[in-house]
Amino acid sequence: MDEPGIVIAFWVLSVMAIGSSLGVVFARNLIHAVVFLVVSFLGLTGLYVTLSADFLAVVQMLIYVGAVSILFLFAIVLTPRGSRDNEEGFLRLPALALALVVGALLVFVALDTNWSISDRQGFEDTATLIGEALLDKYALPFEIASVLLLVAVVGSIVLVRPEPAEEGED
Amino acid sequence: MSLLSPVLAILLEGEWYDLRDLGNPVGELADQLSDWGAPDWVPYVVSSILGAVGILIWLVLSVLAFIWIERRVVGLMQNRIGPNRVGPNGLLQPVADALKLVLKEAITPVGTDRLIFWAGPVIIFIPTLAVFAVFPIGENMILADLNVGVLFLIAIAGINTPAVFLAGWSSNNKYSMLGAMRIIAMLISYEIIQVIALLAPVLFAGSMRMSDIVEWQADNAWILLIQPLGLLAYIIAGAIETNRSPMDMAEAESEIVAGYHTEYGGIKFGFFYQAEYLAGFAVAAAIVALYLGGWRLFGLEEWVPGWIIYLAKLYLVFFIYIWMRGTLPRLRTDQLMAFAWKFLLPLMLANILLVGAEVLIWRENDLSAAEAIPVIAVVNAVLAVVLVVGWSRFLGHGKGKQKGRPAILTQEVGRIFYEPVSGGGN
Repeated sequence: MDEPGIVIAFWVLSVMAIGSSLGVVFARNLIHAVVFLVVSFLGLTGLYVTLSADFLAVVQMLIYVGAVSILFLFAIVLTPRGSRDNEEGFLRLPALALALVVGALLVFVALDTNWSISDRQGFEDTATLIGEALLDKYALPFEIASVLLLVAVVGSIVLVRPEPAEEGED
Repeated sequence: MSLLSPVLAILLEGEWYDLRDLGNPVGELADQLSDWGAPDWVPYVVSSILGAVGILIWLVLSVLAFIWIERRVVGLMQNRIGPNRVGPNGLLQPVADALKLVLKEAITPVGTDRLIFWAGPVIIFIPTLAVFAVFPIGENMILADLNVGVLFLIAIAGINTPAVFLAGWSSNNKYSMLGAMRIIAMLISYEIIQVIALLAPVLFAGSMRMSDIVEWQADNAWILLIQPLGLLAYIIAGAIETNRSPMDMAEAESEIVAGYHTEYGGIKFGFFYQAEYLAGFAVAAAIVALYLGGWRLFGLEEWVPGWIIYLAKLYLVFFIYIWMRGTLPRLRTDQLMAFAWKFLLPLMLANILLVGAEVLIWRENDLSAAEAIPVIAVVNAVLAVVLVVGWSRFLGHGKGKQKGRPAILTQEVGRIFYEPVSGGGN
């Protein structure tokens, strides 16, 4: 963290991530909010790179910037009136209360934890280590995640499939 | 003289003249800089900037050249002349086009979301440029030899998807929106194909680093030989990404004007145009690095600079795309989606299972490359043919099924023609 380049990168990327996250909340137009969200994801990607977690960074870019943002965009476009504005709903006060509670909790955890700095250097090749961990130690969660995805795929096909009765009429 | 002496030091010492690898002179310069006591980051930054500028100049020149080559070649293929008025043989046509695009008024239509409308072309340009950082153009000519290079290739192309959506949505035009929706559906579907196709070289080489894959191919065999099906799928998926002719639904002029960039004119359209070309070069560069042995060519790299071999292969692959554009008709959207999900995806899943089994058997039994490669090549080639033919027969695309069945149009016309005759009492 002492190299000037890393420090500059950390501050620039943090400002980018936090500033655009604020933009997500305050943007009136929901599409603009998604654009801010994408910028925020990119800032996080950069932070991962500075932590030499390159595999994580690339996956963050692939999944969040490339796929999740598209999911949000489609959800907004396909929702009636959704793309118009970020209106104030009747849940404003409960949402504020919830946000304050969650924020207070996070701040408490951050202050209460005893952050220790490890001496060990970063991993040379994170991709191999993550792959080995996923297929060895964490094989069961990995398989459960893939079964979950399979269920989602099958479920979406079942949802959009025409009813058997309609097929008979055709 | 005191100013000149450091320059002379570089010129007299070192191997800067070894232009077989353009990484050498840059490396010499970086070494000199650290000898003079510059901080650690200075040589790094200087060599990065030199590499990036070099790649940019090469890309601009290549795009200008290929705009002319493509138009002339497609012209020849379609029995017409192509541009031949501006300069000798029309050579200055790309320059004239570029000048026209720059000088045109940048029109922003009414009702657009101005900020996003302007951001669209810029956002789409960044990933198409950034992707060139990971290609091993020569032994020392990689801007960033990431150990997740192949994944970076896929991930950075993924940024295109939201950019296309934003460009289409902000135009306030239903044809732009339709074009954007089409291209997003296509990009997402074929991204899956692309990822699974690229898994095969990664599995064989046991690394996602581009230079490792090139080295593996030099030690063993070009992945083209052992992965014909994967290469075919990657070429098709690459054509989607470059938005080129058999798959250029996004800008099917006869249906939806020019797709997501209908409302863009002048230099903003120029950005999209250039980005499409650069994406084409990027896909060709990826094919060369991952399937065609990169900058090596059976020992010829000892005599000819590796980067010339790499560029020659790249232009050859890009020529295949031009050829496809000049020859093949455009597919329909539903045909293209069905092709991805019903045809390519099952084939690629079977292929990756096969590759996994092969790599496992190879590693478990400690076979040498000379023993394993021929067997794998033959098995994969045979299975590629069997899978393609068998699966297309299974889906009903084979011979015989459609033979003799009259087209729907003839039936419709026939009904109109015959019904008055029989129903009129004659």
